Amino acid sequence: MADLSVSLGKLRLSNPVLVASGTFGYGEDYQDLVSLKRLGALVTKTITLKKREGNPAPRIVETYQGMLNSIGLENPGFKGFVETQLPFMRKIGIPVIVSISADKAVQFARLARALSRTAGVAAIELNISCPNLGKKGLIAQDARSVYKVVKATRRATKLPIITKLSPNVTDIGAIAKAAGKGGSDIISLVNTYFAMAVDVQTRTPKLGSISGGLSGPAIKPQALWMVRQAYKAVKIPIIGMGGIMNAQDALEFIVCGASAIAVGTATFVDPQSATKIIAGIESYLEEKRIPNLKKVIGSLKDGK
Amino acid sequence: MPKIIQKKLKILENKKVGAEYCRMKILAPQIVQKASPGQFMHLRCNDEVEPLLRRPFSFHRFHSDSFEIFYKVIGRGTKLLAKKQKGDTIDVLAPLGNGFELERTTNDETRTTILVAGGMGVAPLLALAEGLIKNGLKAEKAVVLLGARSAKHIFCVDDFKRLGVKLYIATDDGSRGHKGLVTELLERILRKVNRKSKITNDERRITIYACGPKAMLKAITILNRKQPDVSCFGSLEENMACGVGACLGCAIETVDGYKRVCKEGPVFDLKDIKW
Repeated sequence: MADLSVSLGKLRLSNPVLVASGTFGYGEDYQDLVSLKRLGALVTKTITLKKREGNPAPRIVETYQGMLNSIGLENPGFKGFVETQLPFMRKIGIPVIVSISADKAVQFARLARALSRTAGVAAIELNISCPNLGKKGLIAQDARSVYKVVKATRRATKLPIITKLSPNVTDIGAIAKAAGKGGSDIISLVNTYFAMAVDVQTRTPKLGSISGGLSGPAIKPQALWMVRQAYKAVKIPIIGMGGIMNAQDALEFIVCGASAIAVGTATFVDPQSATKIIAGIESYLEEKRIPNLKKVIGSLKDGK
Repeated sequence: MPKIIQKKLKILENKKVGAEYCRMKILAPQIVQKASPGQFMHLRCNDEVEPLLRRPFSFHRFHSDSFEIFYKVIGRGTKLLAKKQKGDTIDVLAPLGNGFELERTTNDETRTTILVAGGMGVAPLLALAEGLIKNGLKAEKAVVLLGARSAKHIFCVDDFKRLGVKLYIATDDGSRGHKGLVTELLERILRKVNRKSKITNDERRITIYACGPKAMLKAITILNRKQPDVSCFGSLEENMACGVGACLGCAIETVDGYKRVCKEGPVFDLKDIKW
């Protein structure tokens, strides 16, 4: 049996396949359909200090080989999350990565501090790249803001920090470096691409909040390129994602430098996508007689 | 025991009904055991990534070991579904959501049950009518109102007639039944029922179950506000990704905040919906 375990700094995973934030709720909704304990880790729907209602409907639109979403970080808030959602996740027995979002560095720090005192949290993902908050720019679009938020969170917690980056930037390398400099243990990318769709009959936006984030196979080549650029720019481990539908897609990201990958939109299509991808990676290693997945990470033969 | 099942199931039949509609029968003994009228399933139309997402369909009819869906061939997904042949398999995720409460109307002599269907909204209401009667509702206490664009778009008339319910039809162009909206028929019926039975305000003597376009459900909600003795339940639709409650994509606004059509719904008490 090939060894699928990976270490992302202090965060150790039995396999490199995560379920991406916002696509798996808090795990409970998928308990009938997915063998949850087989997942490498579960990343929660993003939580904020206070409860958020989210954006007006429609929040979902299907596009060619992809989908737009504009949920708007609907969540029960920190307290509601700890009381109603976390107890179920603790019992699964896999690392639980809590995704958090806030407007300001101090609030990120406050949430991180509170999570550090909460049992059952393996790591924190900083969602600084949600495209659905109606803000002028994203934290993830400005290297100095990224540095500030990561640094403040770093001071507040000893838990591993994952910084989730946006693809909507001119230089992903510079942003990745800022996250590393601020003390992020890991980076994850990509979040969704700014996008929209229009009903030409009524000449109105198809999404209730006009624009949203594009995900799914449509973005995979772009996401892969982003991961490659980030891998060249920083030494810290990378969780790659963006349109991964099967084991081959996942391996493309790993070959390009991702130490782990996350499955998102694919779960909507087939709830068992993540577990099928784990099995697929295992068969690939066995077929190629590679005893350890670590040998594949960043192994792209690009002559450089 | 898992409540939701994902399985590749065998298609027993996929028949064209008129020019643009189809009925598909799927062998699913396990799902039939668990499912109830008003619940839905999420189907994968093919194994490719185009179209990407699953498609939600209501249960149109239950048999002992199979169920039927009734669909309009309208987009990329349903065009693929229409091509499926008897003996092919299909990836089914079901049963999902909360259906109609059958107990509400049965075993109550003084209660009238009205089913209101607009267009394709007839799909879950046949399963509901059959379920209610199986559950003990006397057919003469039930009224079914079918509305559509024209006579060509009115379906399941014989199926409802066979159940023995009172049936009224409305079409936009008057090619069958009342010329006008199905909600106009509903208003007329409500007036009749109200005159017949003595109603006190704290007793809801009429239950309406509705499925159809948003405008129709909204009109029924407004009608309902003037009739405090009427309970009104509607099956709602919204664009949907996961179908199991995880993505929060199918949220609709209610007096109690956003609710998920796939999880808390698709059947809601219409007075709670913020239109």
